[in-house]
Amino acid sequence: MTGQFVRLAETERPEIGFTLDGMKLTALAGDTVLTAVLMQRRAVRRSEFGDGPRAGFCLMGACQDCWIGDVDGRRFRACSTLVTDGMALVTLP
Amino acid sequence: MTAVIIVGAGPAGMAAALTLVEAGLRPIVVDEAQRAGGQIFRRPPPGFTRPPAALYGADAAAATRLHLAFDALGDRIDYRPQTLVWAVEPDAVHLQGPQGRVRLDRGPLLLATGATDRLLPVDGWTKPGVFSLGGSQVALKAQGVAIGRRVAFCGTGPLLYLVAYQYAKAGAEVAAVLDTSAFGDGIRALPLLAADPAKLARGIYYLGWLRAHGVPVHHGVRPLTVHGESVTGLTWRDAGRRLNETRCDALALGFGLRSETQLADLAGVPFRFDPIRRQYLPDIDQDGRAPAGAVYLAGDGAAVRGAAAAETAGRLAALALAADLGRPVDTAARDALRGRMARFERFARGLDAAFPFPVDLLDTATDDTLLCRCEAVTVGTMRHAVGELGAEDVNRAKAFVRPGMGRCQGRMCGLATSELHARLRGLPPDQAGRLRGQAPVKPVPLA
Repeated sequence: MTGQFVRLAETERPEIGFTLDGMKLTALAGDTVLTAVLMQRRAVRRSEFGDGPRAGFCLMGACQDCWIGDVDGRRFRACSTLVTDGMALVTLP
Repeated sequence: MTAVIIVGAGPAGMAAALTLVEAGLRPIVVDEAQRAGGQIFRRPPPGFTRPPAALYGADAAAATRLHLAFDALGDRIDYRPQTLVWAVEPDAVHLQGPQGRVRLDRGPLLLATGATDRLLPVDGWTKPGVFSLGGSQVALKAQGVAIGRRVAFCGTGPLLYLVAYQYAKAGAEVAAVLDTSAFGDGIRALPLLAADPAKLARGIYYLGWLRAHGVPVHHGVRPLTVHGESVTGLTWRDAGRRLNETRCDALALGFGLRSETQLADLAGVPFRFDPIRRQYLPDIDQDGRAPAGAVYLAGDGAAVRGAAAAETAGRLAALALAADLGRPVDTAARDALRGRMARFERFARGLDAAFPFPVDLLDTATDDTLLCRCEAVTVGTMRHAVGELGAEDVNRAKAFVRPGMGRCQGRMCGLATSELHARLRGLPPDQAGRLRGQAPVKPVPLA
């Protein structure tokens, strides 16, 4: 699957592993959760009002459009949270 | 004495902290980011290696100077990164951060909360692949990524050309730059823009560079529809009213910037309507002092004027605060800062004239276009709230059909909602009233 984002610079960072809805994926240390997800996919969640997929919008913690969760039930803004090695992400219903 | 609290560590907040420390105070500095810089001088996470010139272009020296000076403050400030303010009460400020929820006694408050993109709804603008223009710049600056393989830039303002230029320079394919402003708007604004010749020259350079590198640049554009489940293209009308389609897999959208004022609202600061910026803004004196409550504002969160003005305003507001606490203040330095602010304001007004907010997009928006992204309220629903339900101001409309009631608290849709309300009633935009802020201004965990 092709992602939404494209890396143009800073590609020499170490790789780290994370899972997204159980699927094993890799990111680079220093990626936000949003970058990590959108390098693989084109959306992070579906609108709870049934109007389709969403992928974040403002990328600066203001619009609240990129909420995602982890297997421990934590929820956070994907654009404002760095991905960490072994993170187990789940897209929210 | 209760400690001074600075909210925000962009250019205004950093400069305010430096000035307060010089005045012998030890402020608390609360900031959402991991590292100080704000959005304009945002620093990538540790491990990134591009030099400041690659990140901040012509502003690299200013950014580096502020970063180094702020970092050198060490424990002369009580710095709280990765922490957000979610409520302000008469006697307390409520934080959420690495230590969980924290209540601070409310001392003097210096708000440097910055700005976000000023937006108007476009059919399909919630689709994956559409990002705010400022966010598109953040992606490149703080993460080294482009928002897509083939990116269209649509909207208006100086950032439109700057970010398109930065993307092209970094190796992204720029599908088009689609400016809603007419070319003549820029020409007419030249006398005001001459207040900052270097900045004006830079803007003209970016436009020339894009054209010279074969990027299609169009003026007087009206965006119509974003295609695809994820973005596959944008239909737009050109200045001659002809229909065009630009193929792209990402769209950067923004029509200038808007001040982030919700904390000022919670702090009880009165507002007045700024007819140039078309926004209710905190009613402060020339140094950034609110009429009561020991509240001070600086930077784009008080009125959008850009990074250099924000730094100046941060110093000015901090001097006002220090003077009010009885500290000696260098009045000559203060007067020099005031003089600089007048020049920044003149240039900002030039930008507003060169890149007007194309509010007529609301008149032609289809009923199905989403207005409020959080609550999925359509333009048609808002028309119904005003026309059939008779919502007499924007807060009534919010109570009836929920625009601005979602998680973003109207940051993305609030101005468009007010403009739409006023236009439906044939009144100027201040007549819609002002969407009132409510705590929590950002979501906080209940547990």
